[in-house]
Amino acid sequence: MKKTPLYEQHVNLRGKIVEFAGWALPVQYSSILEEHEYVRNSAGLFDVSHMGEIIIEGPDAEKLIQKLITNNIANMEQGKIIYSPMCYPDGGTVDDILVYKMSNEEYFLVVNASNTDKDYQWMLDNAEGDAEITNVSSNYAQLALQGPKAMEILGRLANFNLEKIRPFRFEAKVDIAGFEALVSRTGYTGEDGFEIYIAPENAEKLWNKILDEGKEDRLAPAGLGARDTLRFEAGLPLYGQEISKEITPVEAGLSRFVKFDKGDFIGRSALLAQKENEPGRKLVGFEMIERGIPRSHYEVQSEGKSIGFVTSGNFSPTLKKNLGLALISQEYSDLGEVIEIVIRNKTLKATIIETPFYSRKRG
Amino acid sequence: MKLESGLKYSKEHEWVRVAGNKAYIGITDFAQNSLGDIVFVEMPEVGAELASGDTLGVVESVKAASDIYTPVSGTVTKINENLNNSPESINEDPYESWIIALELSDPAELDDLMDEKEYEQFCSKEG
Repeated sequence: MKKTPLYEQHVNLRGKIVEFAGWALPVQYSSILEEHEYVRNSAGLFDVSHMGEIIIEGPDAEKLIQKLITNNIANMEQGKIIYSPMCYPDGGTVDDILVYKMSNEEYFLVVNASNTDKDYQWMLDNAEGDAEITNVSSNYAQLALQGPKAMEILGRLANFNLEKIRPFRFEAKVDIAGFEALVSRTGYTGEDGFEIYIAPENAEKLWNKILDEGKEDRLAPAGLGARDTLRFEAGLPLYGQEISKEITPVEAGLSRFVKFDKGDFIGRSALLAQKENEPGRKLVGFEMIERGIPRSHYEVQSEGKSIGFVTSGNFSPTLKKNLGLALISQEYSDLGEVIEIVIRNKTLKATIIETPFYSRKRG
Repeated sequence: MKLESGLKYSKEHEWVRVAGNKAYIGITDFAQNSLGDIVFVEMPEVGAELASGDTLGVVESVKAASDIYTPVSGTVTKINENLNNSPESINEDPYESWIIALELSDPAELDDLMDEKEYEQFCSKEG
């Protein structure tokens, strides 16, 4: 298993270490529910150094990225970030990624840990024009400071007014507690917050500085478990569950990130056909009516007939309900429709509700 | 790890408290700690007949669902209804939070279980 530069810190903090995408990472320190609550109400600090980073640069970088991803980066300003699926020709999803525009000829791509090698290879296989693709994952550690207190805590450590970094924007060189970092106003929790990219050798010091600084603001280290329950409540897809090689962004309700009018890109015709014919399957949110916790891959039925499967499910720590996301036949996907979740050979009733389950109040 | 003397312990990390011909069964501190935050407990019907090694229920934490096995055979006489509303009491106080009570059908099975010292040793080997 690979270790992030913060591995020793996780052990010292009594993190429960598990394997995730080949990395040794803490699933929790104290309790998933507690860490979840910290992020919703004050702040949590995550080690997300396992995430992959790939740079595409050169005069044809924009053109190549336009071909690779479904979203549109034309006319994107420097300092801006977009979220985008990246698809196969059949519309299946290679990965979902963030694209940071460093300059007209340089883009910084953040990809899922489990997909880093696959994505890099996919980009190389589809490369054309004058654009260089480099996997720079080992040059970066990444911390995510998330929660309503994130701005206050990080603001005190930065030599820059972080309010100026609007959501989905970044600042390439910020001094945080004496260390140079790329700071973006992004995250995977449904809360305000920052992702901080830093040289691996500085990660430990910065991690401890931030934890120290946030002590009085109820900042706690948070693990993968809380990261998953937080993103789930906020309706953020997880690769391998809501989207995958077998699940297209159109089916997963991510059509707003698929820009058919931008010109050709890999997967366009398949995705367009799916969109125009209404996808056969649709991702929906549901709430259990009968008692039971839905989990990934559980079967979904309607009157005894199989109509799909659960992609993610759990007890929602914020809403205190048993909730799930499921990919089901479109005809059963209306709000209020009653479906059945097969849990340990029992069919338990659930009802389709709106997603995301949780949205933060914006001040 | 918390232990309680006078209880019998299984290799699957259940505990048994014997009262006459009745046995109360729950999961140990070691088990609740490795499961994490418990948010749901599924229990059998009263009257169900269980043989040693059968699934007596399922304990679900935020992370995963785990089967719980009965280390002794018998008929379910009671289930702990409190766990429907406060499953977290297993985390807070595992040895008070029994899951089911059984009328023992083969009390000799109790001899195959560990006492707290043996169980402590067993856990230290499991790491």
